[in-house]
Amino acid sequence: MSVAPAEVQRPETDQDAVLDSPWVTIVWNDPVNLMSYVTYVFRTVFGYAKPKAEKLMLDVHHKGKAVVSSGAREAMERDAETLHGYGLWATVSHDS
Amino acid sequence: MAGFRGAGRGATARFAAGEAAIIRSLVSQVAELVGGGAELAETGSGDASPGDSARPGLADEAPGADRDGADRDGPAGDRAAADDLAAQLGLTDDSELPADPILARLLPDAYADDPQASGEFRRYTELSLRSGKVAAAQTVLATIPAHGGRVRLSEPEAQAWLRALNDVRLSLGVILSVTDDFEDQLAGMPEDDPRAAYVGVYQWLAALQDSLVGALS
Repeated sequence: MSVAPAEVQRPETDQDAVLDSPWVTIVWNDPVNLMSYVTYVFRTVFGYAKPKAEKLMLDVHHKGKAVVSSGAREAMERDAETLHGYGLWATVSHDS
Repeated sequence: MAGFRGAGRGATARFAAGEAAIIRSLVSQVAELVGGGAELAETGSGDASPGDSARPGLADEAPGADRDGADRDGPAGDRAAADDLAAQLGLTDDSELPADPILARLLPDAYADDPQASGEFRRYTELSLRSGKVAAAQTVLATIPAHGGRVRLSEPEAQAWLRALNDVRLSLGVILSVTDDFEDQLAGMPEDDPRAAYVGVYQWLAALQDSLVGALS
């Protein structure tokens, strides 16, 4: 499998959120979920552009996990719940 | 099976009678497993469900209203009232990872190494998560013709299909013990392996789901 262009577009608000409240949502690799579906979920849930969504999907696939969002703890729990609704294996973690 | 193709912002596909029956059966089974609690009948689900009239009776099988009514008159009445309130608030007493391996995969812990935080998260979210999964299943059952034929899905319906098909595949993945080298395992799986019957369905659903993602992208 070839690697998609890795253009990471990170909104500035993300950076601010990381500094204020370093909580993250992590998606873990899963042998069942389709790569196309995981990419679709990242685009749909987070509004990420396709290159960023594919980069994150490939990180999950190759590295076993990827940080898909960061911010306040409550927001990360909402993200995890949403991702669980899509069947992705997501956890919340304190990024310390 | 040609799979889905895009149609407007939604998607369309044609299913043979046997294909529709397999989808209905598997989606129903997952919905029954996930919606097993009596709470679901009370909280309902507003999400992407095209209407009560089309619901194929899943709610009928939930052990719901009758028993609650009986409880209210008995010594457990206070407890039942408390349960009702908790259900209205979307709370659940469940705070542990389900023992059933399929449910454990569909309703996973939200904290990798903090059982207490996972339990708290579960208390506040599990009911709505279960309701959402049942609603997605109900959307599939309401939109697929019982005897096959063409399916036309709006974008929200198609997204519900994606989630429901994924839950079925996750469930089959648990049954089949799917791992990253599953393709290699398949090559060595004897024909009389009890899992063999599921493998073809599992792979077919993967192709179907992939075509639906493509139709929406």
